[in-house]
Amino acid sequence: MKKAFPILGLLTAVFLSYALYEALVVAPREQTMGDVQRIFYYHVPSAWTAFLLFAINFLASVQYLVRRNPKTDQIANWVVVAVGVLTCIGAYVIRPLPQDVYPSSIVTTALSVVGIYFLIKNYFSEQGTDILALTTAEVGVVFCTVVLVTGPLWARPVWGIWWTWDVRLTSTLVLWLIYVSYLVLRRFSTSGQTPVLAAALAVFGALDVPLVYFSIWIFRTQHPQPVIGGGGSIDPRMLHILLINWLAFLCFAFLVCWSRYQVERLQRDLEETQALEALLEPGGNIR
Amino acid sequence: MTFLYAAYTATWAIHITYLITVVRRYTRLKREVSELNKRKT
Amino acid sequence: MSAPSGITLATLTKDIRLEWRSKDAINSMLFFALLVVVVFSFSFDPVAEESRHIAGGLVWVAFLFAAVVALNQTWAREIRNQVLDAYRVSPAPANALFLAKAVGNFVFVVVLEALMTPLFIMFYKLRALGPAWQLLPVAILGTWAIVVNGTFFAAMSLRTRSREIMLPLLLFPVSLPALISMVEATNIILVGDPSTSAKFWIVLLATYDVVFTTGCLALFETVLHAE
Repeated sequence: MKKAFPILGLLTAVFLSYALYEALVVAPREQTMGDVQRIFYYHVPSAWTAFLLFAINFLASVQYLVRRNPKTDQIANWVVVAVGVLTCIGAYVIRPLPQDVYPSSIVTTALSVVGIYFLIKNYFSEQGTDILALTTAEVGVVFCTVVLVTGPLWARPVWGIWWTWDVRLTSTLVLWLIYVSYLVLRRFSTSGQTPVLAAALAVFGALDVPLVYFSIWIFRTQHPQPVIGGGGSIDPRMLHILLINWLAFLCFAFLVCWSRYQVERLQRDLEETQALEALLEPGGNIR
Repeated sequence: MTFLYAAYTATWAIHITYLITVVRRYTRLKREVSELNKRKT
Repeated sequence: MSAPSGITLATLTKDIRLEWRSKDAINSMLFFALLVVVVFSFSFDPVAEESRHIAGGLVWVAFLFAAVVALNQTWAREIRNQVLDAYRVSPAPANALFLAKAVGNFVFVVVLEALMTPLFIMFYKLRALGPAWQLLPVAILGTWAIVVNGTFFAAMSLRTRSREIMLPLLLFPVSLPALISMVEATNIILVGDPSTSAKFWIVLLATYDVVFTTGCLALFETVLHAE
């Protein structure tokens, strides 16, 4: 992987440039909003990437907490499988589904969540899971910042306002706040068990996010607000370019995460070695 | 549209800033590792 | 070895007795809440009709800040006397300690609210135009939401630098659904518009309480041993 990194980096840069070209030049000009709408090709993929990274963080945090004890590990495995199966069944049984939500997308999401959970389990050691959680949280916050910055820059020329407290914006802001506090906890904690505390906080944050979304949704439907980024059908050419940009950003995010992961691994190995050195010093306690 | 360029510029500014922090951390670590190796030999 | 409920009760009575003698937390909370009310009175003209609409938010912000003052020193006494270490070694379930602390904080904050509410009513000339009895479940469920998460996060931030800022930093984002529910419900009850009902918000508060009390109880053992 290390050897492949420069090539992958180059390929990703090319892909991103191509995606940028598509977004700025090839994409059709939007009727009502004009060229400003092209921000959408950066704004939406960043949001999806951030959510994906935070989801991985949640799964990694849960892993870290349950893996410390073989019994909870077993139970957690069964719970994850059960949740996956129930969601797949529920997707076809529960009627009516919310607007724009299809059974196939629910099943895909459920299966990928279960898949990612077990992939993390097999490919990451206990410490690796913790580093994964930290990495995805950091890179997720970066992408979420991009979302929160490009959003108002899009809203201002189109709707005349920088910000509004509608569902999507507020829940994204809260998500950002929760994960920033997660990172602050990691940095400021002097406990030897910081990873455990951070993992517990990540689980809490994940519990909170659906509640936040739901409460703000109800809150705002009672006081009508301008709906930003409204649904409706999307021009297939635009969808195509959107997906290209998303794929490019996913590759980029993957490389950034991988780099950050390696740097963190190096740091921890170094700290371990330094600690060992200090113990074995001639003037030290041991020997 | 200035907003469009501002948005794209801001996006990359944020990403590049983060990448710079990662690279800085890496170079600092590499320096410490080489110091450690020097001390060992 | 006494049953978990016995431990909870014992710790709870100890905390309340200590607080009753020193009145540390209550005094600082009261004074802080009073200051907040006065500052808000200058910022938002209390007599104006609009203030009735935002009074809900003001009241809960004041209580939230005051609660943080109390929560910050929740575990301070335990740290000072190495009680936490003793607890970790004992076979007592960690939940009992957590419950005792949370209920203790709950009692303190409820006492604060009971003392401050007449003051608020006076300053803002509040009059509930809607069903005033609904304010009771809002207050109870809302206070519990803040307190249960606050006690948990206070334990989490024990060994962090800038401990006092860590608690609100962790607590506020996670408490947002509860805060929204409390503020909305209070506003609906005060404004008394017959087409709206605070029932939905009360149900949401109850859901929040159940979810997070379960979460706290499940994870507290982990947090306690992680210090």
